[in-house]
Amino acid sequence: MPEPPHIGVLALQGAFDVHAKRLTELGAKAHLIRKPDELKELDGLVLPGGESSTFLWHLELAGFYDVLKAFVQSKPTFGTCAGTILLASEVLNPAQKSFAVLDITVERNAYGRQNDSVILQEETSLPGGPLETVYIRAPRIARTGAGVVTLATRDGSPTLVRQGHVLAATFHPELSEDRRVHEYFLEMVRASR
Amino acid sequence: MSQNNVSHNGTATSLRLKTGLAEMLKGGVIMDVMDVEQARIAEEAGAVSVMALERVPAMIRAEGGVARMANPALIREIMGVVNLPVMAKARIGHFVEAQVLQELGVDFIDESEVLTPADEQFHIDKHQFTTPFVCGAKNLGEALRRIAEGAAMIRTKGEPGTGDVVHAVTHMRTIVREMKALSALSEDELYHAAKNLQAPYELVRLVAQEGKLPVPNFSAGGIATPADAALMMQLGAETVFVGSGIFMKDGATPLNLTPGHPEREEAVSRARAIVIATTHYKDAKIIAEASAQVKGHMKGLAAAAIEEKDRMQTRGW
Repeated sequence: MPEPPHIGVLALQGAFDVHAKRLTELGAKAHLIRKPDELKELDGLVLPGGESSTFLWHLELAGFYDVLKAFVQSKPTFGTCAGTILLASEVLNPAQKSFAVLDITVERNAYGRQNDSVILQEETSLPGGPLETVYIRAPRIARTGAGVVTLATRDGSPTLVRQGHVLAATFHPELSEDRRVHEYFLEMVRASR
Repeated sequence: MSQNNVSHNGTATSLRLKTGLAEMLKGGVIMDVMDVEQARIAEEAGAVSVMALERVPAMIRAEGGVARMANPALIREIMGVVNLPVMAKARIGHFVEAQVLQELGVDFIDESEVLTPADEQFHIDKHQFTTPFVCGAKNLGEALRRIAEGAAMIRTKGEPGTGDVVHAVTHMRTIVREMKALSALSEDELYHAAKNLQAPYELVRLVAQEGKLPVPNFSAGGIATPADAALMMQLGAETVFVGSGIFMKDGATPLNLTPGHPEREEAVSRARAIVIATTHYKDAKIIAEASAQVKGHMKGLAAAAIEEKDRMQTRGW
């Protein structure tokens, strides 16, 4: 049997537990990452949901930002919600710093507050029919660049996108029973090894 | 609310959205704030959410009187300046305060023993709301009763407004110990355990199977230092609430946050250090460094010195 992929989950704050659980269920080895030196020897990384401003605050403290940026520039990375905001080339409401490895413009909390959080069934180009998408105070992708492939949409706006080694969702596949998005990411990781 | 938001109608779906937001808060610090300036400082210091209220527990304790939901104007103002989720407190059993908070669009409602209870028998039926609720608990039975009523997050009660972590520790240890005890029981013994815990059998069985609460388990009540926060995390809390520990000088006096005032720097240093210690709760070296950066601390009040009748934790049933 091949060695399982080693996937880091950024665990500064946010929904890291549920991601790690899902990755483990799918046969990967999940590692919770809180410090820059823990990024070594990972095959891929998940940036979970949470508060993107809190993530940035931690990353700026210990010189973590640059190390993480170098990682997401070259290795398979999957962002959900706040994680997607960190990966985007442009962030609105408010404007904030980001790794700019995914050519999208993303607007924070664009679908409203918690009372507007919702679970939908959406069309997706992933095989297997409509995808259950869980939105929690979700950001909206307002623009995608030429190199970005859209894999799912909500009311015409992309909600699951891929550009090369970067996958990003504005919803929370880790909170759904539908495992296809994580499976898709692990395929990306295997293909890159 | 969007038109296709049909899924809020189902209780199970609604609970997934509610606990989903609680998942997003894990590993973070939720800070009590009494005005826009404190809210801004909390956000800049790495808080994951703010709790908007008119008086923090230490002030309520010092000043007395009836403590109620904050003025909606203040809550709106705070929602307007931070991008973080905003929480606010309703009195135990005061479902109209909760209706008002839901109408305002707050992201989480704390049905809180810090405020003066509005009902001596009934808590709010939290299933009736789309806004998620957090409730306090001293033990597993209390936690499960709140979850049965629809709470999407449990926090220890501790003894609020004291800066003394001892009761938060007792409550967290009690909840964890009682959960462990359940997992050793056989099916038929669980019925009896449910009776003793005064909690619904289905929830008792779920805890016995999973070894944890079906909703996130946070901690609050007397957390005042970075080491306190890390202590609660190591004992099993998934996030901490810090009430009076950041912006208070003593029981009734908040720190002066005027730009350039040394007390502002003190508040910022406390907030930052607690955020760092909560994320790196198992790393004593980082906690030591963070603690060393703290300027001053809340004076505090030993919880043991508070008479039973004056304790906030005994409110709620």
